[in-house]
Amino acid sequence: MSAAAIVMMVVAMVVIWGGLALAITSLLRHGAVEDRAENRHRDR
Amino acid sequence: MSTTEGRAPGQADEARRRGAFSSRRVFILAAIGSAVGLGNIWRFPYVAYENGGGAFVVPYLVALLTAGIPFLLLDYAIGHRHRGSAPLSFARLRRGTEGLGWWQVGICFVIAVYYAAVIAWALRYTFFSLDEAWGADPEGFFFGEFLQAGDVEVTADIVPGVLVPLLLVWLAVLVIMALGVQRGIGATSLVFIPVLVLAFAVLVVQALFLEGAAAGLDALFTPDWSALASAPVWAAAFGQIFFSLSIGFGIMITYASYVGRREDMIGSGLVVGFSNSGFELLAGIGVFAALGFMAQAGGVAVGEVASDGIGLAFIAFPTIISEAPAGALLGVLFFGSLVIAGVTSLVSVIEVVISAVRDKLDTGRLTATLLVGVPAAVLSLVLFSTTSGIYVLDVVDHFVNQYGILVVALVSMLIVAWVLRALTGLGDHLNVHGRPRVGAGWRVLVSLVAPVGLALVLVFALRDDLAAPYEDYPTWLLVVCGWALVLALPLVGFLLARLPWHAGTHLDGPPPGSDPATPLHATTATDPAPRDRPGTGHDEGGHR
Repeated sequence: MSAAAIVMMVVAMVVIWGGLALAITSLLRHGAVEDRAENRHRDR
Repeated sequence: MSTTEGRAPGQADEARRRGAFSSRRVFILAAIGSAVGLGNIWRFPYVAYENGGGAFVVPYLVALLTAGIPFLLLDYAIGHRHRGSAPLSFARLRRGTEGLGWWQVGICFVIAVYYAAVIAWALRYTFFSLDEAWGADPEGFFFGEFLQAGDVEVTADIVPGVLVPLLLVWLAVLVIMALGVQRGIGATSLVFIPVLVLAFAVLVVQALFLEGAAAGLDALFTPDWSALASAPVWAAAFGQIFFSLSIGFGIMITYASYVGRREDMIGSGLVVGFSNSGFELLAGIGVFAALGFMAQAGGVAVGEVASDGIGLAFIAFPTIISEAPAGALLGVLFFGSLVIAGVTSLVSVIEVVISAVRDKLDTGRLTATLLVGVPAAVLSLVLFSTTSGIYVLDVVDHFVNQYGILVVALVSMLIVAWVLRALTGLGDHLNVHGRPRVGAGWRVLVSLVAPVGLALVLVFALRDDLAAPYEDYPTWLLVVCGWALVLALPLVGFLLARLPWHAGTHLDGPPPGSDPATPLHATTATDPAPRDRPGTGHDEGGHR
């Protein structure tokens, strides 16, 4: 593989798979607060 | 986990009556299952290769972030806020726009009819892979022995080799649909999406170890920067993102209406959008590594063997499977992945129709499944298990995508943004529990950037189809299965919208108690809508 192809492959992987990882992390962090609040309600 | 756990009382009734996903995770997996379809595996790799290779990453990401995800969030907002199928959600948004929802329903019905046929072929080929049934001539085998395709004409000559797997696909799908939103669609996605990702990951690893894989990846990722100055390349990027994400034709509206009112739809949308693209990238790597092997084995350049769609799946891949070490494994993984990706998309397409019928007629799930599924299955079997199946399929697929999905998406987006001016209200709805918040930027993307991107795709498609008959098919076939079909769908849609809703259907704005800001355990004393009372409709999964 040429250097340019390797660079573009890595860029695509980092941006798309990295973006996915970021999106999941952000949702879990924000969603976790919601879930805990809901669980407190349920336990009553 | 019950479908009603953790929901406000009115919401629990709604969940039991209409059906609901039990959790955000199930919804996200179902939405990924819908978005990840055949197009991710057999369309993206070639589109990327043809349109600048590595440089395609730029317009592709721009299209994902400026049109794909913003439009996905618009669909989510419409369905999640109005708690209904596509026609009911549009009717609640503004009574006169209900026809847009039925137009989308019509498109989904047509897609379901032919999409099942491709899944049936892939199912058959999963087993053909075991003994390489295509022998030395995969192309001759596919069109000749397998499909028995003759001249371009409509015939009634049944091909049993297609009929039987097609029947099996429809039976499986109807069982899933009858089981309901959570136990059918949700449970299928919960099991099969992880299986799909795992199977495809194994396929990619196997493909990367084939001789010539590096040459394939080199062909896919070598950037041609001049492509960035080409309008058709940008249109290809917007088209790929748009067709791949399952947006604009009712699926995401329907699925979002099954999600708890307090969920983060923005964060969920970002996960779904990036998952879809993440899978596409994985598919691109797997497919081009395998094509690199095929080129090397045949002593030709990768460009000579690169293809997409039916040619890639049913002609190129069988060739690769025959020549590669452990080819049977590669074949089972590839065609098995196509089957799973196809089925999880097919159920989402049919759910749009079933959900609309249930909302309009207030029927139970089993009744609606039979009302929709039986005619769809019969049509599918009649049209696509004959020797003329492939031509009809190719024409319907092309036209319903370019002038069905694309046009209804563009029209409904423009109406919501510019005629109803509903974006601020929809954005506010998303922001109650959604992070990161959407604001003026999102509204600009949805009302300007995405429509311009889609219009570009439409203009290039029209230019090509008017310049020369699609794939040189005879005019009568293009008129009947193409132009007439796509013109009839909106007409039928707006006619269906004239049928009355059953008594008590709430049509003015979001249904009472649907405000996501309502405290979780608030009583619903102010919730007088008959449709929200327990026992007025048919329970999801429990047929009376």
